[in-house]
Amino acid sequence: MNLLAFNLPLVVLLPFFGAALAAWASRFNRLGAAYASGLITLLALALLMPSAPLPFHDQTLIQSWSWVPDLGLYFAFRLDGLSLLFALLILIIGLLIIIYARYYLSQKDCMGRFFAYLLMFMGSMLGIVLSENVIQLVIFWELTSITSFLLISYWQHRKEARQGARMALAITGAGGLALLGGVILLGEMVGSYQLTHILAAGDLIRAHDWYLPALVLILLGVFTKSAQFPFHFWLPHAMAAPTPVSAYLHSATMVKAGIFLLARFFPALSGTFEWTLLVGGAGLITLLIGAYTALFKHDLKGLLAYSTISHLGLITLLFGFGTPLAAVAAIFHIINHATFKASLFMVAGIVDHETGTRDMRRLGGLIHYMPHTATLAMVAAAAMAGVPLLNGFLSKEMLFDQAVIASSYSHWALLLPVLVTIAGLLSVAYSVRFIKDTFLGQPKSELLHTPHEPPRFMKIPVDILVVVCLAVGVLPALTVSPILETAVAATLQTDVPDFSLAIWHGFNAPLMMSIAALIGGVALFLKRDALFRFYQLHEHIDAKSYFQSSLNALLKLAKGVTESFDKGSLQHASAWVIGTSLLAGIIGFWHYSGPLIGDTPVQSVDTLTVIVGLLGALAAITTAIWHRKRLVSLIVLGAVGLVIAIGFVKFSAPDLALTQLSVEVVTIVLLLLALYFLPQASPKEINRLRLWRDGLLAAASGIGATLLTLSVLTRDFDSISAYFLENSVSGGGGTNVVNVILVDFRGFDTLGEIVVLALAGLGIYSLLQGMTLPAPKNDLHGRLWNPDKHPLILQTLTRLLLPLMLMVAVFVFLRGHNLPGGGFIAGLIASVALIVQYLANGIDWTRHRLQVDMHWVIGLGLLIAIATGLVMMALGYPFLTSAFRHIHWPVVGDFELASAIAFDLGVFLVVVGSTVLSLVQLGRLSHSSHAESTWKS
Amino acid sequence: MEILIAFVIGAMTASGVFLTLRGRTFPVVLGLTLLAYAVNVFLFAMGRLTVGLPAVIDPTQGGYADPLPQALVLTAIVIAFGMTAFLIVLALKARSEMGNDHVDGLHLSEDEASLKDTLPPKSRKATRKARQAHKQEARP
Repeated sequence: MNLLAFNLPLVVLLPFFGAALAAWASRFNRLGAAYASGLITLLALALLMPSAPLPFHDQTLIQSWSWVPDLGLYFAFRLDGLSLLFALLILIIGLLIIIYARYYLSQKDCMGRFFAYLLMFMGSMLGIVLSENVIQLVIFWELTSITSFLLISYWQHRKEARQGARMALAITGAGGLALLGGVILLGEMVGSYQLTHILAAGDLIRAHDWYLPALVLILLGVFTKSAQFPFHFWLPHAMAAPTPVSAYLHSATMVKAGIFLLARFFPALSGTFEWTLLVGGAGLITLLIGAYTALFKHDLKGLLAYSTISHLGLITLLFGFGTPLAAVAAIFHIINHATFKASLFMVAGIVDHETGTRDMRRLGGLIHYMPHTATLAMVAAAAMAGVPLLNGFLSKEMLFDQAVIASSYSHWALLLPVLVTIAGLLSVAYSVRFIKDTFLGQPKSELLHTPHEPPRFMKIPVDILVVVCLAVGVLPALTVSPILETAVAATLQTDVPDFSLAIWHGFNAPLMMSIAALIGGVALFLKRDALFRFYQLHEHIDAKSYFQSSLNALLKLAKGVTESFDKGSLQHASAWVIGTSLLAGIIGFWHYSGPLIGDTPVQSVDTLTVIVGLLGALAAITTAIWHRKRLVSLIVLGAVGLVIAIGFVKFSAPDLALTQLSVEVVTIVLLLLALYFLPQASPKEINRLRLWRDGLLAAASGIGATLLTLSVLTRDFDSISAYFLENSVSGGGGTNVVNVILVDFRGFDTLGEIVVLALAGLGIYSLLQGMTLPAPKNDLHGRLWNPDKHPLILQTLTRLLLPLMLMVAVFVFLRGHNLPGGGFIAGLIASVALIVQYLANGIDWTRHRLQVDMHWVIGLGLLIAIATGLVMMALGYPFLTSAFRHIHWPVVGDFELASAIAFDLGVFLVVVGSTVLSLVQLGRLSHSSHAESTWKS
Repeated sequence: MEILIAFVIGAMTASGVFLTLRGRTFPVVLGLTLLAYAVNVFLFAMGRLTVGLPAVIDPTQGGYADPLPQALVLTAIVIAFGMTAFLIVLALKARSEMGNDHVDGLHLSEDEASLKDTLPPKSRKATRKARQAHKQEARP
């Protein structure tokens, strides 16, 4: 078995199955969820490993299956250097987060839910980075929005968690829609939705008219997800999530998805002025705003949140430069940021866990209580600040280098080195503040309890990440170089430019800028009071309030529009619906220039037909006019149904006539039973205006329907039925084409319809379960009901007729494939036969003799119908293909046995089951109500 | 012939629409049943009206009635029955829960009070208020 043929989809889907497993495991053991999640993540890593060497040999692994090829949708996965780097980050940091979270969550928190969400999120992220088909990528992209919503709102009882989650979902969800638009434009430009083709068509895309719209839409997706200006404000509010979630979402995953997309589409979209302006501009602004705001946040996680925004801006800025070397720096910084930021978030969580607060004004001197954690924090914060010998220093040097190079392009670009140095300076300042205010200085006395070091395994993930920071910082060439080179090769889709990951490049401009940033940053921190005062002047400006007020205005508008149509009245709403469809019809007729009536001559008509037809129309109108006298109205309605059945006979549709006739009986019996519990008359309507309006709508609808029918019937037409007529005998083995269509050609439709019927029957059963209604003692005119409930003559006759009726049903069923009849009709006839027994003999008598649970009949019918289809599938034919054979039965003669008859049997059983179930249940209602009323009296 | 059928369909549609717009559940159910009849006959007529032709394959016959609309209408009749049955039971449920058979499920203490179709504005406002209070309670 070649694992390389299908391991990538397994890696992606495994966490989704793992989510169910984790939720299930937590029922038995609280920690079971954590262990299951860890195991699943390790398993996913192990599955990924066999294909990991491929990208290092310049190979791209693609595993693809057809999904909806007409739409360009394939179930396709891709592993190259960039995907590998991200997949490893997601899985390894995910594993560390799982270990950390197992100790972080308190006894009150539901472990199963947490780990299930986390794993689903992990699977969605893996789906993004491993997708080859871009539509599939967008699907996983949306999944990350949804699962991150669940994660951020994990503490559902907290208002800020719910609000933060909703804001994140609204913004990233909207961005996802834009991204879908952009990706579709991209796919239509290239003619394929596979990344391989898109990445190879960069020149075509950049020269295309749609380049700019596609770019803007894709960047909207990227900027919302990666919290770039002006969409950056959702990220700090997402900090209401549990800290392991923040550590995961804002270091290695969620926000990096946007960055990943920048890298992924780099060869296809970059290298134009628009790209540099939009991407570089957004990146630069975000870099500065994030670094500036981070300095003033008192909350540890708030500081880290803005610092994350700033670093994401840095990466975006690097991609904005558009040069290969800048891309190297960007990818390098992705790795570095993921490691130091994840560890810093975990430290913040440990501090919160041990002291009960994250407010830096209340913290201080923690190094005395938790020296180990403090050391880890200092190293990680130094990496964030860009101190030499740590990984952050190397990528920051590369940024400074790129800024210096870019500054030669124009006068305005001269500002670049200055601005990035200021950003570096600010990041030094907030890193110093993070350490100084939390760990150094004198311990504050107001803490709830004396803090101490956290459990050992809570620190181990941080240990590992900090060691990575150090190792990359000291020995970059030996540690990170190979994977970085492969990832860059996959990003650029060309040869990797020469770059050297060395600590010492001599005294050059970037080094000077670094020194300036370090010294300036410390100085700024020491003299920060003036700056804090300045910040307080505009602290109240928060994008969240603008977001909230615009959202509220939108919701208010939507509510206003809805309420102006929907006043909580069905009559009102129905009138709107009918009026609108009338209007649509009128507009349709208005714009049609040809004659209303076609030129096919109408058929002649005999007097009898005219009389019957007019009787039907009269009955329909009378039903409406007499609707207040409900019983009369119902009887007249029955007459309409009978006229229709006669019409079907006249117009060569015997199957329909039989169906209509039996349905009519069942419907009227049902409505009669129901009417017993409803008021016998409708009240007189006082509102004449409404009567006129309804009358007008009704008349217009009637005229419209008449004209539409006439204009169709007086024109020639082409039917597709010739196919059915030709193939009915040869392909379906039956001469009754209507039945063959039902059970064979359109068998799948019929299956759907009997499912609906079964659901209706079961729904009626459960609705009536336990319901009691007062039974009226007399009719509309005050007459008492006939005390003789089950007249003797009716009883005797129906009992005699039962076998005869059932035999007719069987006969109609068996001949259905070749002559008018079939499962539907036979089922209805059998139902009528059974219902008549209930009516004539009473429920108790009949139930005693017919001990069949109709639930089982319905279920059996559905099973038989589905099994017939599945057997054919097992034999290699499409679902519900029918097979038939002529066999000779003694006495009966030649008989054709088609597999469709089994399907028809399923139809028969479902019809009998649903019909009898609902009517008998309704009858039982009358039974119990009566019993109650007699008991009361 | 075509004119007659078109007229019958029109009459059924008009009556159905009028009944659908009533304020009580039972006429609405009757109206929907009538509308279903109208739609079924309309669909059937789209295969054109053929008198005296078989729908069963028979070598001795010259032509056939169009079987496709017949098959579609056959299932439509059965489904319409299922829908009617479900609706009428829903109406029963509403009456047992609300104590009246108004389509908007107005909560009235006594059935008699609903005998006036156009409710006095006071009681309608009261229902709305009660409904809003109910909604607010449901919110956490």
